[in-house]
Amino acid sequence: MITKLFKNDQFHYHVMLIPVFIVFILFNVFPIYGVVLAFKHFVPTKGVLGSPWAGLEHYHFLVQNPEIWRVLRNTLLISVGKLVTLLVLPIILALMLNELRTKWFKRTVQTITYLPHFLSWVILAGIFRDIFSTHGIINYMMESIFHIKPIMYLGSNIWFRPIIILSNMWKEMGFSTIIYLAALTSISPTLYEAAEIDGAGRIQKIWHVSIPGIAVIIALLATLSLNGILYAGFDQIYNLYNVIVYDTADVIETWVFRNGLVGAQYEIGTAVSLVNSLMGLILIALTYTLAYRYANYRIF
Amino acid sequence: MIYSKTFGSRAFDWVIIVILILVSVVTLFPILHTVAVSFSNPAVAGSGTITVLPKGLSLKAYSHVLDDKQFFISLWVSLERIGLTLLLGTVVTYLAAFPFSRETKDFRMRNIYLWLLLIVSSFNGGIIPGYMNAKNLGLYDNFWILVLPYLFNFGNILLVFNFWRNLPKELDDCANIDGAGPWLKLTQVYFPLSLPVLATISLFTIVNTWNEYFQAIVFINDTHLLPLQTYLQQIVVTIDPMAPEDIGKGGMLSEVSNQTLDAAKISLTMLPILFIYPFLQRFFIHGITLGSVKE
Repeated sequence: MITKLFKNDQFHYHVMLIPVFIVFILFNVFPIYGVVLAFKHFVPTKGVLGSPWAGLEHYHFLVQNPEIWRVLRNTLLISVGKLVTLLVLPIILALMLNELRTKWFKRTVQTITYLPHFLSWVILAGIFRDIFSTHGIINYMMESIFHIKPIMYLGSNIWFRPIIILSNMWKEMGFSTIIYLAALTSISPTLYEAAEIDGAGRIQKIWHVSIPGIAVIIALLATLSLNGILYAGFDQIYNLYNVIVYDTADVIETWVFRNGLVGAQYEIGTAVSLVNSLMGLILIALTYTLAYRYANYRIF
Repeated sequence: MIYSKTFGSRAFDWVIIVILILVSVVTLFPILHTVAVSFSNPAVAGSGTITVLPKGLSLKAYSHVLDDKQFFISLWVSLERIGLTLLLGTVVTYLAAFPFSRETKDFRMRNIYLWLLLIVSSFNGGIIPGYMNAKNLGLYDNFWILVLPYLFNFGNILLVFNFWRNLPKELDDCANIDGAGPWLKLTQVYFPLSLPVLATISLFTIVNTWNEYFQAIVFINDTHLLPLQTYLQQIVVTIDPMAPEDIGKGGMLSEVSNQTLDAAKISLTMLPILFIYPFLQRFFIHGITLGSVKE
């Protein structure tokens, strides 16, 4: 019996999966039962499952809370801003890099612009808090060149969202060109030669050969990026915001962290996270189905 | 490829070169600025006039970091965390990737398990259920909460098994003819060929683990268990940016302002990433283009 089991490859495959499933069950499956908190009145002594039911009470409370709509608006504004900048600018950057004939220069620009992707938002927040502070280099330059009085950039409801979107662009722009560059190098040189013979100039070649050549990849990445529309980037905002700019900076995840976890309103926090996660899951399913149908994109 | 040498074409090249130089300068400026501040005289740093070169060269900020015990405790926690995540994570990933590299007819549950892992791990109930769960498991304020959840990484498993699936099928046939079972194939046939992909996931793990700071904010209270990035987050970020100038508070602060000291700690925390960056660049392009459009 046992020897028969050992001769079966299926058995060995399952043995190989034991470690990964242990971690998966402990840290991905177990927490799921915790979402019932969204429908409970949590009593710490009774535990999550023993606490009395609350029905949809927390959701009634939430939809009447004006903060939720503010948080939702901020989330959408910031994530859409990030999505658009990180769709358009990497394409332009990739097209420019693709035009370069000096290999070492192209490699140098790539090396430099990929770098910020690997630095954490903790480090970058430390850096940006310094350069955007009232006595920082940006204010100093603005004052000495344009005679503008120092502005509290990170404490301003006008400036905060643009700074979030631009600093995110600064961090990820270079790295996002990788896929476009890979697609651009796979365009057949004969297409460019044919265009050249037909009398196309440099810009015409970009417009009629390069861009159509990467159109499918652009559409694919645009579709897949919709996944992130409910996530405005917790690490970045959490490390850059402060109480003065909650009006424009507070997003779903930071609100949940502050009120749900730090403020110990566990049920409310879970109620918001649950809706957020479910919507996120629906978006993933939707975008991957689209990508699979129209671009033959497969994860595995 | 034919290159036209008209004036217009050359001008076009120069416009692109100038724009790209500007982009590179803007990218590097904040990083170089911080390094320059860390080496500067605190009094000058406060005036905001430093660009990318230190003014009034001073190593005081760095000598103060040496006195900061917590910095070194946290550095050690981070290194320990990276070592363990790397070691255990690679074993877990490597073992799991093998069954998933099989065809569905060889491993019947393949697609069911893959979808299960993918869907359940993309649905997270948010931080609160995770917090409750860790408390129930007795992992609150425990070093292992910084390591264990990261041992399952779907992206890494995907990277390894896709790498194997791109190897020639004949390799597997040969191993079958020689009578190799799954374990022999795993250790003798695939392992020697997997070094590039293992290097890739190792580099990803090192960078991600080094940069991760949030887990300890939620789960760790004991300062002896704070990773370096979490410690940095607490000293650099929780300082109120609205607070007036820190210089001139007297005593030690006037000698080494928070600004230069923070810049020194930020620079030191960036250092490991800059150090492995050349290796990263060699591997990540390979990694990012895997798992995309397949024929």
